[in-house]
Amino acid sequence: MNLSFKSISIFLLIGLSLAIFSCQQGSNGGALKNSTAEKVFVAPGEHDEFYAFISGGFSGQLAVYGLPSGRLFKVIPVFSVDAEKAWGFNEETKPMLQTSHGFIPWGDSHHPDISQTNGELDGRWVFINENNTPRIARISLETFETDEIIEIPNSAGNHSSSFVTENTEYVVAGTRFSVPVPQRDMPIAEYKGNFKGALSFIKVDPEHGHMNIEFQILMPGFDYDLSHPGRGKSHGWFFFTTYNTEEASTLMEVNASQNDKDFIAAINWKKAEEYMKAGKFKTMPANYAHNVYDEATHSATTTWKKEVRVLDPAELPGLVYFMPTPKSPHGCDVDPSGEYIVGSGKLAAALTVHSFTKMEKAIADKNFEGEAYGIPVLSFDATLAGTVEQPGLGPLHTEFDGKGNAYTTFFISSEVVKWKLGTWEVIDRKPTYYSVGHLMIPGGNSRKPFGKYVVAMNKITKDRYLPTGPEVTQSAQLYDISGEKMELLLDFPTVGEPHYAAGIAADLIKPRSKKFYRLADNNHPYATKSQDETRVERKGKDVHVYMTMIRSHFAPDNIEGIKVGDRVYFHVTNLEQDYDVPHGISMIGANTSELLIMPGQTETFVWEPKQVGVWPFYCTDFCSALHQEMQGYVRVSPKNSKIKLSWSLDGE
Amino acid sequence: MKKSKILMIIGSLLLLTLFVLPLWNITLDAPQYPDSLGIDIYITKMQGAHEGDIQNINIMNHYVGMEKLPEKMKEFELFPIVVIVMALLGVIIGFIGKRKLFLAWFVAMAILGSIGMYDFYLWEYKYGHNLDPKAAIQFPGQAYQPPLIGSKTILNFKAHSYPMSGGYMLFAGMFLSLGAFFVAGKEEEKEN
Repeated sequence: MNLSFKSISIFLLIGLSLAIFSCQQGSNGGALKNSTAEKVFVAPGEHDEFYAFISGGFSGQLAVYGLPSGRLFKVIPVFSVDAEKAWGFNEETKPMLQTSHGFIPWGDSHHPDISQTNGELDGRWVFINENNTPRIARISLETFETDEIIEIPNSAGNHSSSFVTENTEYVVAGTRFSVPVPQRDMPIAEYKGNFKGALSFIKVDPEHGHMNIEFQILMPGFDYDLSHPGRGKSHGWFFFTTYNTEEASTLMEVNASQNDKDFIAAINWKKAEEYMKAGKFKTMPANYAHNVYDEATHSATTTWKKEVRVLDPAELPGLVYFMPTPKSPHGCDVDPSGEYIVGSGKLAAALTVHSFTKMEKAIADKNFEGEAYGIPVLSFDATLAGTVEQPGLGPLHTEFDGKGNAYTTFFISSEVVKWKLGTWEVIDRKPTYYSVGHLMIPGGNSRKPFGKYVVAMNKITKDRYLPTGPEVTQSAQLYDISGEKMELLLDFPTVGEPHYAAGIAADLIKPRSKKFYRLADNNHPYATKSQDETRVERKGKDVHVYMTMIRSHFAPDNIEGIKVGDRVYFHVTNLEQDYDVPHGISMIGANTSELLIMPGQTETFVWEPKQVGVWPFYCTDFCSALHQEMQGYVRVSPKNSKIKLSWSLDGE
Repeated sequence: MKKSKILMIIGSLLLLTLFVLPLWNITLDAPQYPDSLGIDIYITKMQGAHEGDIQNINIMNHYVGMEKLPEKMKEFELFPIVVIVMALLGVIIGFIGKRKLFLAWFVAMAILGSIGMYDFYLWEYKYGHNLDPKAAIQFPGQAYQPPLIGSKTILNFKAHSYPMSGGYMLFAGMFLSLGAFFVAGKEEEKEN
């Protein structure tokens, strides 16, 4: 081989340019991996850009993560007891889990939604629904605690919930399973025409957030799967997807999948308000719990509600219209402008998008193709804005980036697909690992999404993480959507099934996050605000211990005169007024959880001593250099003992 | 009205800001206190720089056997009287307009201020040295006296002690009285 210098140079040049080109193209190149890592890396001591509130599904809770890091900060107990935080164990929070079926220690939490003002997230509260025993909870974003839970009567499988209107006028709760209303003993086979689906509109007090079921619309016995409010031009309307318009009650997977089209129900809630004002409602007897946690008394109370007001759409023209939508639509998503209503037909080949403007025109023109139980069915073609053809298999949910694009999850083909509103063309698709359910863009359900990231929440994990036996971690994935093409940045594990999430810019919440409870504002009936007030009082078999905790001792820490068979209430106040100094307390043999008490807060646990002896209690949350010394003793004497009640700290 | 008189009157009146503005501040810095712990010292009271700071400083200090920060001190009764008397005296002197009295007032303030600083030092000394012999954490020979002015390291804390807005107003008032003395000198030269 006799190669000239020139040809060698050319070869080198070609080789070099190929190398550069392949580096740019490489999808798993080292340099690219580094830049991906940088995008999710939040340096030690730095803060994430977004909060993500991800529901736990069957865990019943709501977990707080940071984005883009995917780090878990807190699991807020909502519908399930939590021994770590004494949620449902201490006397103060037991009423929160009270229902018409009694105390229920578990729930199935699905769809968080953040409160809004003028169609933008305001960061005051997160609402979330419980699916199994229909309830809606409100969580304060100052304290990151559940402040209120209201039970929903006439409902079952509370799934098309808990979405808020653009000024948080209402949070809605729709029933997935229709049931006899009122409940009664009847043959299941007589479902058709007899069962009803209640859609509840819950008024939210603008100042305190307190919830009240303003009215229910008693709909035909379909399954009301998901919903979203109109916004902007469609403000005043609410849209619900339905399936099982066949009204089957057995082997649903087949029998509820027969109709080519089901409906999106368009509810004119402004009209409903007019009908309510005009007295066109019926008052039904009901029995449901309304549980409110009061931040001043650090305690929850249950109020029993005995009636609910219902509207019958068959008798009230203009209240509800049906828009035919193929096929068994699941997600019902409204774009930021309020013009487009996307129905994700689970079993359909295309995505169906309705136009609000066309819907209004169809209503004005009475362009109906029939009626169902007295509710007009609008002509399919009259409301159709367009279809996204062959987008993927098994569409479930859509969110929006605020730049004219929509992002839809496909469960069966396991991908997120980006498409353009108005032209309905698919722009990009990225696989999910695996079988994605919901997705979330921070602010994606508002007029102003923060279109930077999308989080995909997967139903199946398989081989993505280190295995942990038959049950592996649940998983979410983060994609960068700031460019034309989506880019997978991160897999991160989640608590429970990451069913759905709500995200918001951290700056809207961070400054208002409470640091501690002011002792001066503590109105707990058993609060003890200084060590001088600590005491023990006997009332028959009940003994009340008024105890305080501060680094690093309890007062009192020696108690005598307790007898077997007593009910001892430990009312413990944390006297600290410092950030991040909770104390815990636990008692050997107490048939309950520890207490984890925030600075300035009072909590109560009950101990029923069954054995004679001297029994210790101690602080469970490492609080200071002398944490190990933060302990005390209670002497328990036999039932008939004559020992007087006494208590002391350091002999005083 | 003569410029010197005005300066003297304003200078004396500046003392009255001490009733609303803190005279001095002691701040304790440690990594686990990202917002710092601070005591603002007024002529009538001590107050936490943030809600809860006084209690949190007391909690920290009780481990090494230090007393709680005082809620009542004889100084909190005496200082307001001294400040009111001196302010009134200054205003009267301002109206009288005698140059030598301006200087006398300044010297009196300087002496009073020095006595105040010495008293502050004595309190700091006692606060840092008077330890409970039963304290949980004991370091032989270690004292916890904050600096009179400036910064120093005490165990895991860095302590800073500096004048605050009220203190600067006091200095400004004294400076104006001194200014009044010199301006009055120039005014007398012009008249002669």
